[in-house]
Amino acid sequence: MTALTCVEVTDLTILRGARALLGGLNFRANAGEATTITGVNGAGKTSLLRAMAGLIRPTDGAIRFVSVQGEMDAYLARREHCHLVGHADGLAPGRTAREELTFAVCWAGGDAASAHDGARRLGLERVLDLPVRQLSAGQRRRLVLVRLIAARRTLWLLDEPLTPLDAASRALIGEVMHDHLAGGGIIVAAVHDPLPIPACSIMVPG
Amino acid sequence: MRALILLFHRESSLAWGRGGGPLLAVGFFAAMTVMFPFAIGPAPERLSAVAGAVAWVGLALASLLSLERVFERDFDTGALDLLALGPLPLEVVCAVKALAQWIANGAPLAVAAPFTVMALGGRPDSAFLVAATAAIGGLAFAFVGGAGAALALASRRGGVLIALIVLPLLTPPVIFGGTAMSNFAFGLHWQTGFILLCAYTLAAMALTPFAMAGACRNALS
Repeated sequence: MTALTCVEVTDLTILRGARALLGGLNFRANAGEATTITGVNGAGKTSLLRAMAGLIRPTDGAIRFVSVQGEMDAYLARREHCHLVGHADGLAPGRTAREELTFAVCWAGGDAASAHDGARRLGLERVLDLPVRQLSAGQRRRLVLVRLIAARRTLWLLDEPLTPLDAASRALIGEVMHDHLAGGGIIVAAVHDPLPIPACSIMVPG
Repeated sequence: MRALILLFHRESSLAWGRGGGPLLAVGFFAAMTVMFPFAIGPAPERLSAVAGAVAWVGLALASLLSLERVFERDFDTGALDLLALGPLPLEVVCAVKALAQWIANGAPLAVAAPFTVMALGGRPDSAFLVAATAAIGGLAFAFVGGAGAALALASRRGGVLIALIVLPLLTPPVIFGGTAMSNFAFGLHWQTGFILLCAYTLAAMALTPFAMAGACRNALS
């Protein structure tokens, strides 16, 4: 599998009805770099991430996934190299944390053993056999983030990843992000508070 | 292949547990057929004449019960984003969801159908045909119903809307299945209805995954 080295967003425009949510946005995220997207509520941060993940078709502009060999097929690049963590956690409340975690990790290309190791790293080992509905907001968010560690993918699209987390967990996720960047990963995160790692910032005008 | 098995395992365990699962559908179906003798009267010849028809209307209505949950829960929790970014095309994901709906809903109904037909005085030797047509028709109900459920995704209170979208589309299998059974009961040629039912089901399985996936993409964007 060829490694993703860069994501280029050029002249990205997204219209919502008659309202321009994003107008002509340009940026480039390289391997080993984190990019944070800031802006007021409703400015279009989530829409930008969803467009990068291929869930929203942009009205105009392009999102290119580039490897050393040149431009990659966007459909395959998204399916093989991209993690999206939105603010909805995607966990079925009636199933156990272990079932949901194992599914999410295996679905993204990891395996049950790596899922368990990831859960241990984020301190979730003790809650794995509880139903998801009994977990706190922070535990649920960490459970979703385990997927990032356990299934290796280059591009992380994160929508306010740290919001429900306590200080210790934020530091831990900062460490995880640092390791990911050191391994050639790319992080694009919509945030209100700065990430605990160095990142270049893009402002989405509201 | 591994992803397909993984997804099928998740979907069938979710379908089996959601909204009362198979017990709800079978209970509703049984309760509905029990009401017919009260409405029509206990005369055995009258009941046995309508046994097949009652069973088919009951199957169609019972299969509507948990349709709302097929996509809605995953849409609300955000799991549909995850499914859309997985290793399988969204069309395949949708087909697996419809198949899981059949396992948790259509298959148990197909097991229950012969008992209710017998209870209403249907011919005992028709039991196998009743179960087979109910199982095949149930597949069509699950796939067509899945398309209705996906179309109703972005609207609030989609449950009623799903019934309105789906019921007219369930009319052909009810006609084919009901005809096959009543023809069999009168010793006539039942194969035509049966073959048409199979054809409708195959067409539904081939076409509706594209409709489901399109509707899901539309709801996600």
